[in-house]
Amino acid sequence: MVQGITGREGTFHARQAASYGTTVVGGVTPGKGGTTHEGWPVFNTVAECVKATGANASVIFVPPAGGADAILEAADAGLPLAVCITEGIPVMDMLKVFGAIRGGTTRVIGPNCPGLITAGQAKAGIIPGHICREGRVGIVSKSGTLTYEAIHQLTRLGLGQTTCIGIGGDPLIGTSFIDALKLFRDDPQTEAVVMIGEIGGNAEQDAAAWIKANFKKPVVGFIAGQTAPPGRRMGHAGAIIAGGKGTAAEKMEALTAAGVRVVKSPADIGAAVKELLRA
Amino acid sequence: MKIHEYQAKAILAKYGVPVPQGEVVFDAADAAGVAKRLGGGTVVVKAQIHAGGRGKGGGVKVVGNPDEARAAAEKMIGMNLVTYQTGPSGQKVQRVLIEQGLRIKRELYLGIVLDRTSERLVLMVSPDGGVEIEKVAEETPERIFKEFIHPGIGLAGYQARKLAFALGLEGPQIAQASKMMTALYQAFVATDASLLEINPLIVTEDGSLLALDAKMNFDDNSIFRHADFKDLRDTSEEDPLEVEASKYSLNYIKLDGTIGCMVNGAGLAMATMDIIKLAGGEPANFLDVGGGANADQIKNAFRILMADKAVRAVFINIFGGILRCDVLAEGVIAAVRDLGVRVPIVIRMEGTNVEQGKQMLKDSGLNFATADDMSEGAQKVVAAASIAVGRTS
Repeated sequence: MVQGITGREGTFHARQAASYGTTVVGGVTPGKGGTTHEGWPVFNTVAECVKATGANASVIFVPPAGGADAILEAADAGLPLAVCITEGIPVMDMLKVFGAIRGGTTRVIGPNCPGLITAGQAKAGIIPGHICREGRVGIVSKSGTLTYEAIHQLTRLGLGQTTCIGIGGDPLIGTSFIDALKLFRDDPQTEAVVMIGEIGGNAEQDAAAWIKANFKKPVVGFIAGQTAPPGRRMGHAGAIIAGGKGTAAEKMEALTAAGVRVVKSPADIGAAVKELLRA
Repeated sequence: MKIHEYQAKAILAKYGVPVPQGEVVFDAADAAGVAKRLGGGTVVVKAQIHAGGRGKGGGVKVVGNPDEARAAAEKMIGMNLVTYQTGPSGQKVQRVLIEQGLRIKRELYLGIVLDRTSERLVLMVSPDGGVEIEKVAEETPERIFKEFIHPGIGLAGYQARKLAFALGLEGPQIAQASKMMTALYQAFVATDASLLEINPLIVTEDGSLLALDAKMNFDDNSIFRHADFKDLRDTSEEDPLEVEASKYSLNYIKLDGTIGCMVNGAGLAMATMDIIKLAGGEPANFLDVGGGANADQIKNAFRILMADKAVRAVFINIFGGILRCDVLAEGVIAAVRDLGVRVPIVIRMEGTNVEQGKQMLKDSGLNFATADDMSEGAQKVVAAASIAVGRTS
């Protein structure tokens, strides 16, 4: 299901997802319940939509001011998965959301993310389907267009993808690198993983420690922002080197120490995966 | 978004945080009057710029009477204040804060920031205030005390007391500090702050606690619900091109190199800067035109890029998953024609109709080079920029 299905983005991406093979059952736009949009039933609340359609995942395309509320509503309706594409949700809102729903049954992906796609099967989000090919490599990334870049390289090299997850560039996100890596560990089709991080915070360092202890499949890493100046927010709300912490250098070092093949150039991601899989 | 010390203090005072008495002046002629209203004795004259480290750069002066206050303000207003945070070019001082002089017994530190790992705001204090907290964190981390705040509960009384005792406060100061911490936390939440630092938080000789300095940043994503923040923004503290770019919702950051970058997506924009550096060049900017990248945005982006005189060549790196490359090419060609862009342009694009887009660029007769991947594009643009430098020098 899609929250914000009658909006421009919601409509466009609901159509894209359906044509990729995803079962899109309907959506929510408060006040437009009972109508039909592009052939899909529209409901006033998420709970009604879930009850009527049996939806088990929601993709959220609502304006930033309503983003936190949309996630809370998805969790309240008991959806196992809520993918929040919305960029620009205030941090204070997300603090409250995660304070309320952590430990519950809803997995949140994002906000400020492109969502996820399982190559050749289905997608929840905005990752373009036509650049993907069914294959052997999982991708987890903080950045949308860099995810596409990695997908493109893997497709060109004939390696293809299993599932690609854009976890989002905000300071607070629902699904971490480690959460995604756990899913790839348990997925027999995923033979290697591409992990794309960026400056800010220490999620990459945490992931490095976890990989060292728990992850046996080959990992190729890239960290964006090696040349970013300190103290500046580089587009993503979370991409900032603060107080000398969160630099690309410290993240690359931690990942290398964990046995991850770290590439300096984003153009070398695909080739590095190919090399590791051959070895 | 950053604001000045005096603005932060005015906000904090509204939430009940004790701050010194003072007034900001834009004209040195008003300084003596303020000093007189503050009692005519010792006052502190403080340059108001967004960067820290003002004291060492000559931006804070203690003076004995109103005449000296005026003299100090005269010297400060208009000066180029250089601190470790401004870079070598410094920042021009346009306003100074005149504040009552206080007899200081102790200098403490207090800060509130987001801790991403625990998904909590963290209130940190240290008995070692008045110095850079990064230095304390590095050298004596045991001298920093933290409490993680549950967003549903807020700062609990016991947490504030724990921190107050850790600071070595005693007697009535415990209640005073707890009240102050609660007020600071409330101000942080209510204003959607992203950073709040009181350094130093002082204990005066008569035992009261005050925020002697205040640094406050706001979450840019929350500006839509704070209409009053518009008046707090001081665009003279920002790069003029960044101010211009923000009018068109372009994410632009000026850097020191010669290669202008136009990219969609923040991660790809950072990665493009990185690959230019790897190819031996220096990026002139970070520029994210956004996921859509329509003709209007491309044109505005070019306008901003071309206003930077250091730009010798432009690298357009667009990965349009859904975007059509023929539409993109049309936008780029129109922008280059309309704006009379003369510098070499290297374009790497991916998306639907990519071959058609490349053909359109070729047929335009304009100064375009195309590349099949990022790496080739970076090498081409670095080469173009170095030739262009040779031509002009």
